[in-house]
Amino acid sequence: MRSKIRAPLLALLIVNVLVMLLGFFTDAYVQLNILFIVVNVLMALSLNLVNGFTGQFSLGHAGFMAVGAYTAVFFVTKIYFAPGLLGLFLIGIYSIAGGLLAALAGYLVGLPSLRLRGDYLAIVTLGFGEIIRVVLLNMEFLGGPRGIAGIPPIPSIQIGSFEISSFYVAFFYASSWAVVCFFSLWRLCYSQYGLSFLGVREDEIAAEAMGVPTTKVKVRAFVLSSFFAGVAGSLMAHFTSYISPASFSFLLSVNAVIMVVLGGMGSLTGSILAAAIITVLPEALRPLQEITGVDLRMVIYALALVLIMIIRPTGLFGDREWPEIWRSWKTTRNLKKQTAAQKQSQSARSSS
Amino acid sequence: MSLSSENLLLEVKDLSIQFGGLKAVDSLNFSVQKGQLKGLIGPNGAGKTTVFNMLTGVYQPSRGEICFRGQIINRLKPHERCRRGMARTFQNIRLFRELTVLDNVLLGSHQKLTYGIFDSLFFTKKFHTEQKQNLDKALHLLNLFDLANKSELRAAGLPYGQQRKLEIVRALAGEPRLLLLDEPAAGMNHSETDQLMTLIGRVRKEFDLTILLIEHDMKLVMGICEDILVLDHGVKLEEGDSQKVRTSAKVIEAYLGIENEH
Ligand SMILES: Nc1ncnc2c1ncn2[C@@H]1O[C@H](COP(=O)(O)OP(=O)(O)OP(=O)(O)O)[C@@H](O)[C@H]1O
Ligand SMILES: [Mg+2]
Repeated sequence: MRSKIRAPLLALLIVNVLVMLLGFFTDAYVQLNILFIVVNVLMALSLNLVNGFTGQFSLGHAGFMAVGAYTAVFFVTKIYFAPGLLGLFLIGIYSIAGGLLAALAGYLVGLPSLRLRGDYLAIVTLGFGEIIRVVLLNMEFLGGPRGIAGIPPIPSIQIGSFEISSFYVAFFYASSWAVVCFFSLWRLCYSQYGLSFLGVREDEIAAEAMGVPTTKVKVRAFVLSSFFAGVAGSLMAHFTSYISPASFSFLLSVNAVIMVVLGGMGSLTGSILAAAIITVLPEALRPLQEITGVDLRMVIYALALVLIMIIRPTGLFGDREWPEIWRSWKTTRNLKKQTAAQKQSQSARSSS
Repeated sequence: MSLSSENLLLEVKDLSIQFGGLKAVDSLNFSVQKGQLKGLIGPNGAGKTTVFNMLTGVYQPSRGEICFRGQIINRLKPHERCRRGMARTFQNIRLFRELTVLDNVLLGSHQKLTYGIFDSLFFTKKFHTEQKQNLDKALHLLNLFDLANKSELRAAGLPYGQQRKLEIVRALAGEPRLLLLDEPAAGMNHSETDQLMTLIGRVRKEFDLTILLIEHDMKLVMGICEDILVLDHGVKLEEGDSQKVRTSAKVIEAYLGIENEH
């Protein structure tokens, strides 16, 4: 029941346009990283619903992404695929299918395990992620440990004599999902309906006493979160053109958690920013390696994270959204200005 | 006392619970009439809060029956009991600390929502009207309890007395039939307590409420409750109007004669 969605949505659109323009001047490597940012945004946003808003510690996000990715890839490589606009349409359908299957997995995992709390839930979800990985390792028709290579990229689209390149279509497609996810979560979390998520996070006993069906609410959050995780997985598959069980290891889940914590538990805009930072930071540090000759990237990356968490223990945005943060910045700045002006006028008066 | 069964809101039979070897509540029988303001008193550790926890479903009684509005609710989850019209406050305040005062109250009326995920995603009319209704109601309640100007603050930032009030407002937001208040005046000074009690009286009239009130302060309870239930070591000592309770030898002993035990 807080911030208006207009401002951040507008900002997201502007960023999209800027990135499109940026893509124009850059090479395939940068373009790929831009796409990864969007995937990570989707991943972080969806996890934030569970870990941030609902306060349940899930460590199995990679598992749901794997379900989505493998479903979509299965359809694309084994069932039917076509180039051009039809291909994009099919990819959309397959992503949704992947999301739905991941959501089903979320339901099946969540229903029994969401009665657990804190560390216990973390361990169960962690176990689930590993189970998915091991199952995939043993599924020969899905490539087993070798994985699946040659996943078709998002197709380029021909309109008349004008061709929209694969990157732009991919970016448009991925960021549409990010916007849909952002919009839905925002609408949900900041309506009276969504207060139930926050209530569960704040105090389960009190929430239950106020008529909030806490287990149901948790399962709902889990299912919705898994859906978008599945979609994110399917996007990732298309962008990397190769997936294997190793792509969805425990580390990916940890990465998702890091993004949520860094951005702020319960801040959607924070998750977006954090996802961008975490994707870009290791890449931005790459030139350093060439200069120094040793790979200091991970050290610096880790140090940067530690530093940020020390300076801002609740993450970049805490549990607030960007418009709120912006407003409180402005008011404190204005206050400072005012007090400074007052001091000046006082000293001027006393000197005269 | 004339007990007509259709006026009965809550009836408790043979309610018992054990924690390990401790019989925290033992074979308790009592009933609450519609519109009544009933006091539940007793020394520390008498089992008052435990009774509330069993009524609201936080604890499962080891024996006994809880009948609310004509139905046995033993098997219902706490949120289901709330939906049937039971609301409570907590002795050790349990607000949604990081949420705003207003959001706390809105969560209290969350059970009234009839719209679902799709309404909130697609801005349906139902969504808007309901959201508006609940907002108005919440603000009205906050106004009543002098908290309206704090509505955008985080609940954790309120002073203690106002946190207690906010708990009551949050409970009222769900329009309960039965309100269970667990020491609502704990930690308040004399005039604050007086104010709160007048307020509770007013709210009771306005919302046509039935209240079960736990209070340490015997005098206070005697002043406002028509009917009083005295509990000690998990068993009922006395039940009746203030005159009866005041003059009961057992009650006097429980409250004053603690040193006589040795
Ligand atoms: N969850 C529990 N586990 C074990 N013992 C408990 C539990 N809850 C309550 N008790 C015990 O049951 C007895 C009754 O406790 P209860 O909190 O109901 O007392 P009370 O009448 O509310 O006291 P006070 O006036 O101090 O609030 C106490 O001896 C308490 O230690
Ligand atoms: Mg108590």
